[in-house]
Amino acid sequence: MIKQTSSFTHTTGAEGMEVTLHGDIDHHSAVQLRADLDRLLYAERPARLWLNLSAVDFMDSSGLGLILGRFNLIQELGGEMILRAPGERVAKILHLAGLERLIAIEPAKNKPDGSR
Amino acid sequence: MNKRGLAAKTQNEMKLSFPSLSVNEGIARSAVAAFCAQLNPTIDELADIKCAVSEAVTNCIVHAYRDCIGVITLDLRVCEGGWLKIEIKDKGCGIPDVAAAREPLYTTDPGGERSGMGFVVMESFTDRMRVKSKVGAGTTVTLFKRLDGRG
Repeated sequence: MIKQTSSFTHTTGAEGMEVTLHGDIDHHSAVQLRADLDRLLYAERPARLWLNLSAVDFMDSSGLGLILGRFNLIQELGGEMILRAPGERVAKILHLAGLERLIAIEPAKNKPDGSR
Repeated sequence: MNKRGLAAKTQNEMKLSFPSLSVNEGIARSAVAAFCAQLNPTIDELADIKCAVSEAVTNCIVHAYRDCIGVITLDLRVCEGGWLKIEIKDKGCGIPDVAAAREPLYTTDPGGERSGMGFVVMESFTDRMRVKSKVGAGTTVTLFKRLDGRG
């Protein structure tokens, strides 16, 4: 069994659901992530989904496809999606694709020690 | 020396070949990163290179060898003047219209959640990209990046 290089965790609160992606998001890992995420989103149907990108170590354009696909799904289910806390590298590729024109992005809050 | 690194003398090289299995996307970019280390890249430069290589290898897997498993070859070179040259080669289906394929949002796989940004990322994250393709014979993408900022 070849190990997965990415995963996600989620929490649900009164305002909606926050899904945090972890690890490397490429075409290889996106296939499984997509299947697992969609199962969760169909079951829970959150009115608001924060997709937290702060724990993503690597992302290429397959990650853009994954984000856009979930954005479309959430809209179909009548909810809204907000991207949260992308690191510098992830922000670079989001910006290259102009994703901020389509999806709201909440920047990372700076921690007291200056790290993200 | 040509300022784009095209005719620069090779100082070190490495060849890798592997089947078009998606698990090799991560292995390929890690291998390229290890090869690049000799040029003392910044963290940002290294991240650019890894991302560009990931796009090129993914294209081979998703498009060139869409219905089969084929061989992907990486030819990595360090050239005079701090140029890194990365050639990603497949013997897959080829690209009928390379100019169109290089355009943002172009994809031949709209159902597969491809963003159509692969070539745009490769071009943005390197200094130069060359694409040669022949339908039925395969595609060779060559990425050039200069890493000579720190002597």
